[in-house]
Amino acid sequence: MQIPFTVAARPDTGLHNAKLGVWLFLASEVMLFGALFSSYILLRVAAPEWPHGSALLNVPLATVNTIILISSSVTMVMSWASLMLKDFSKYRRYMGLTILCGLLFLVVKGFEYGAKFSHGILPSEDLFYATYFTLTGLHGLHVVGGIIVNFYFWGPGSRMWKTEPQRFTNRVEVAGLYWHFVDLVWIFLFPTLYLL
Amino acid sequence: MEHATPDAIKKHVRTYVIVFVSLMALTVVTVAISYLHLDVAAAVIVAMFIATIKGALVASYFMHLISEKRLIFMALVLTFIFFVALMALPLLGQHDTIG
Repeated sequence: MQIPFTVAARPDTGLHNAKLGVWLFLASEVMLFGALFSSYILLRVAAPEWPHGSALLNVPLATVNTIILISSSVTMVMSWASLMLKDFSKYRRYMGLTILCGLLFLVVKGFEYGAKFSHGILPSEDLFYATYFTLTGLHGLHVVGGIIVNFYFWGPGSRMWKTEPQRFTNRVEVAGLYWHFVDLVWIFLFPTLYLL
Repeated sequence: MEHATPDAIKKHVRTYVIVFVSLMALTVVTVAISYLHLDVAAAVIVAMFIATIKGALVASYFMHLISEKRLIFMALVLTFIFFVALMALPLLGQHDTIG
């Protein structure tokens, strides 16, 4: 059975199904991260004292990571634009760069975590570290998920370009929506945890 | 977006580069401001203001919200309302006299 409306827009929504589906998923993601942000606010406001993020965390390293993640968002949208321009080899290059940036982000994050663990600092250390590890950990898992999806579309999944180019382009577009969302979450997490 | 012409896409690409440069600049600004050690209220307002601009740039241009269909906006308006409610929940604690 063929999946309907993967390329053509559904007459009633004006959208292909994948796009609406991913946007609804992202709406649920807003609520997931929103619940954690809300809890963070509650815990921080109620705490008798709360350390400044920069006193405990490595701001320069996190700034580099912010730049890496923003760069990966640009390469992601460029990979989609390359497909729109029917330039498959350029698409592969940009998607490859997106994956590399994602991996680099995790490596830097790994160094940050490693520096804490080597000092015996775990999420159970105090409220600050509990929220720090929960928020960055959940975000990190989202990065891992995005890399897996992007890798599929860079590698085996890209065969679809030969048979159904527009459907493949749409897939890359909605994978991009997710990836940009992960970037967007980090844009708020970074100042919240490191700079305030 | 599905039927955009090559010229339109090339124009998009130029926009992406401008947005990218703006995001980088705003990242540097927000980090630089944090070294000024403003008082907490001012620091929160400034940091969240810059983050909101950055987030809006990502959503508008990279996620193409600027030219998206009405249905998606309707879903997002609903999400926004619930998100605000969620952020306001800690305020309830202010009026909690139990415990």
